[in-house]
Amino acid sequence: MRTDVTTKVTLPPKGTVVLEARGITKRYGHVTALDHANLELSAGEVLAVVGDNGAGKSTLIKVLCGAVVPDEGEVLLDGKPVHFRSPLEARKLGIETVYQDLAVAPALDIATNLFLGRELRHKGPLGTWFRLLDKNRMRREAQHEMDELKFHLPAIDSAVEKLSGGQRQGVAVARAAIFARRLVIMDEPTAALGVRESGQVLNLIRTIRDRGLPVILISHDMPHVFEVADRIQIMRLGRRAAVTTPQKNTMSEVVAIMTGAARGDEPVEGNGG
Amino acid sequence: MSTSSLAASKRNGSALARLITTPTFGPLIVLIVFCAVFSFATKTFWATGNLSLVVQQSVIVGTLAIGQTMIILTAGIDLANGGIAVLGTILAGRLVAEQQNPVLSLLFALFICTVFGLTAGLLVSRLMLPPFIVTLGLLGIVTAITRLVAQGGAFPVTDDLLSWTGNAFAVGDTSITYGMIVMFVLYLLVWYLLTHTAWGRHVYAIGNNREAARLVGIPVQARLLSVYTFAGLLYGIGAWLALGRIPNADPNALQSANLDSITAVVIGGTSLFGGRGSLWGTLIGTLIVAVLRNGLTLTGIDPLWQDLITGILVISAVALDQISRKKQR
Repeated sequence: MRTDVTTKVTLPPKGTVVLEARGITKRYGHVTALDHANLELSAGEVLAVVGDNGAGKSTLIKVLCGAVVPDEGEVLLDGKPVHFRSPLEARKLGIETVYQDLAVAPALDIATNLFLGRELRHKGPLGTWFRLLDKNRMRREAQHEMDELKFHLPAIDSAVEKLSGGQRQGVAVARAAIFARRLVIMDEPTAALGVRESGQVLNLIRTIRDRGLPVILISHDMPHVFEVADRIQIMRLGRRAAVTTPQKNTMSEVVAIMTGAARGDEPVEGNGG
Repeated sequence: MSTSSLAASKRNGSALARLITTPTFGPLIVLIVFCAVFSFATKTFWATGNLSLVVQQSVIVGTLAIGQTMIILTAGIDLANGGIAVLGTILAGRLVAEQQNPVLSLLFALFICTVFGLTAGLLVSRLMLPPFIVTLGLLGIVTAITRLVAQGGAFPVTDDLLSWTGNAFAVGDTSITYGMIVMFVLYLLVWYLLTHTAWGRHVYAIGNNREAARLVGIPVQARLLSVYTFAGLLYGIGAWLALGRIPNADPNALQSANLDSITAVVIGGTSLFGGRGSLWGTLIGTLIVAVLRNGLTLTGIDPLWQDLITGILVISAVALDQISRKKQR
């Protein structure tokens, strides 16, 4: 049962490409951050993007979520070219992004945080003329979504600052999951968290995937990547060096491709970096 | 639905804890204690005439403190609000003294006060200047303009419209001024906006975590601009209330109003760091200071003690806020 918060489109069957980036190039002065990089995200999968510092993974993600406009190349959403000039435009097309630095307002409660910037008003004149918020509906729907995501939190109207770090990040992830219609991008969502707290967030990522939303996960943490990713895209020197799965390659093999010690299936010329 | 029933039971169990941790609870206790102490210390404190006077004395600072609360909730501060209100009184007073239409004169004063709020808002939101510096500078500017407009004089107000807020009607033997009604209506209005509209949520969110507010798509600049502009309008209304209280537009009036409004907000439990607090707390904070002044005067204690006790209250309130914020980390 979906709530009427989001206008959910029917998600494409598993395996169809939802988001595609072709030949993305981005230069900052003399530095080429991305050099004809590619990416494909299929429906119903968690795609991890890994790479050493400076390999271009953050720039690629910023292009996909609208924070950076590429110099060359194109991004296709459901096969149609899109041009994001701001994160807001990407969001309007159903792409939500979770940032590593816990983008929540700690003094406000969980339900308020989930609906922050997209508050629900009362139906009828109270809402249209007096701009009256429908707090009960927001609380109810927030609780419903949290139950659907199987993410356990204290009372939905308790302040976010009373939560653990993992639960706080859970609120940020849940907000993205609730409002995303096409896909969710997560930029190092576990970077600030401890082991147990990371586990909560990784579970949440799996639940989101199982509900049908594909996820792009950027992470430095190889064990986390191997725990949740269906496919792993390895970036090196601004390009895609390989796409593999946790079954095909071991962690040390992935690291070897990342650093240039081993060749991936799309070799990148050049020495380690 | 095991999670929601669990959540519900947790909610009920902590009803008392919630009451105590409500930001207005502490200030309310302080107000009740002061009232109790003064009712034992003097016979006249509970006299209806005296209580009415206490509220009348709080009306100007109480109204300025509404704007101050909104601004402090966004993690800003306004050092110019008293100065802007004084300019409002001088503008209206002088225009009416020069036989201008009273309605237009009052509207002009309200407009100019709003423009100063807008100016502060533009500088804070667009140029990202610190509110402390912006409003400190504006205080100097409005004070200078006030003196230029006043040309060394004061303007006694005899016009009915300008002094209307000082008119009173009696309920039983309690005298209620229209100014009190105006203030309470403004408190109700802004309370509604802050707690029951998306705009209010955004004000809290901006003060609480500005970067998060931006990332979730809140138009931070527009919200800040609206807060400062609206506050400017409220300072204009404060000017009208001041003319009702003392029907004489005096450039030397309301010298301490800037800081008094901050005192009221802080004693009322709103955090100077932004994002936490309540408007009713500010009203209680205003009343605490007014009751203290009134009570000490009635008991014949040296007025110097008023400032000393107010100072202690301010520091205690900020210290409590700081300690509770540390605990939340």
